[in-house]
Amino acid sequence: MQINQTSSSNYGLGQTPANFLRPEFPKIFPDARAALFDISDGISLMSGGFGLCGIPENSIQALCEMDIKNLTVISNNIGNSKRGLAKILVQDKISKAFCSYVGGNPDLEQRIMNREIEVTLIPQGSFAEKIRAHGMGIRAFYTPTGYGTLVAEGKEVKVFDRPCILEESLGADFAIIKAQYADPYGNLWFKESARNFSPLMAMAAKVTIVEVEEIVPFGFLKAEDIHTSGIFVQRIYQGTNYQNDIEYLLIDEDEDEAKQQLDHREKK
Amino acid sequence: MSTLNIPVNEKSWSLQEMALEVIKLIKPNSSVNLGIGMPTMVSELIPKDMNLMIHSENGVLGVSKRPKKSEVSPTLINAGKETISVLNSASFFDSSLSFGMIRGGHIDYCVLGGMEVDVHGNLANWMVPGKKITGMGGAMDLVNGAKTVIIMMNHFSKDGELKLKQNCTLPLTGKNVVHFVVTEKGIFKPNGTEFEIIKLT
Repeated sequence: MQINQTSSSNYGLGQTPANFLRPEFPKIFPDARAALFDISDGISLMSGGFGLCGIPENSIQALCEMDIKNLTVISNNIGNSKRGLAKILVQDKISKAFCSYVGGNPDLEQRIMNREIEVTLIPQGSFAEKIRAHGMGIRAFYTPTGYGTLVAEGKEVKVFDRPCILEESLGADFAIIKAQYADPYGNLWFKESARNFSPLMAMAAKVTIVEVEEIVPFGFLKAEDIHTSGIFVQRIYQGTNYQNDIEYLLIDEDEDEAKQQLDHREKK
Repeated sequence: MSTLNIPVNEKSWSLQEMALEVIKLIKPNSSVNLGIGMPTMVSELIPKDMNLMIHSENGVLGVSKRPKKSEVSPTLINAGKETISVLNSASFFDSSLSFGMIRGGHIDYCVLGGMEVDVHGNLANWMVPGKKITGMGGAMDLVNGAKTVIIMMNHFSKDGELKLKQNCTLPLTGKNVVHFVVTEKGIFKPNGTEFEIIKLT
């Protein structure tokens, strides 16, 4: 799809979020607080993103400001470096978590060590597939991943061409995810590697709340280019003030240096 | 538990030399997943003419070198959460498909860091009970799915203990999964009873 990748605000179409707040678009909400109105104590919540890439920033900020507790959170990293979901983690709003990777999240590692939070670590591929399976109506599947490790404890083992363990599907009450674009039906398009777990979580939650950089009119996303069909999306709002944090900025300095030298020579 | 006796030379490879040895184990035109830590060095040194497709489990096939300043995008990262650029043959996908590529046997090689490897090809690299939890991330899927599993790690721990073991003592990442171990002392292959020496420094 030909989409200008640099745009982060309105795409020059003259549309504002308010234009979409119409009765014929019942999925569209004005902002995060409105879209998250029924998130309450004890619910289970999936959150998309890999590290800080593709995280639902506005929904997480709203959770920070809400008076809630005892959340069960299902997310690959539960935030990183005090950002993302780590913000509600340090508010002690999370009592239970499912994730695959703790590295780079000292707040979580500390809470695990102190047994302040109940964490289930799941191999990342099984984590993704358990969520996808739930969305697809598959109750469980056999996988070689984790066989012979702590992950296999208490799980049924069956030998096919090699030993496999039975992994059950994983769903949630709510999913909060972020996409680049949504149309008013909730058809989604994700940018680059920001897709990660979000399309799977959209399928696996009872209520999927999507924040986007931009709500676009019907037809802007071509039907064949849609990553997630709007049938999996219940609520949409346009987010604001995206930070889009980079965790580790690596730049090809050689090339920049070579270019600078070239520029220098050209100037001479 | 018997202690392994692996004769090694005084000379040690540098990290760069280790990475070049890893690259020699990889056939051109194949698909490769590179882990966090030491394997990062491999990605910096891969010759372009090897024509490798680098897979990153967060949903990218066709990872290229570090981006130029003008190419940096916060949504374009590898599994180490570092900014990357991509080849013009690259594709993006969700995590389920990404791990389908791994688990389904479509990835030819994975290169991972390690804490311990034993003669049975068992690998431990995700936690030290009571001390350190990083989580397994994608490692358990990678070691069970990639066709060839290469572990790149130090020969000795910080306390001077051999990291190549008769039996792993730490919680396992995978059972009978490791094909090659590359350390600063050489290349070793676990064969079920011992480490075959493929190459020494």
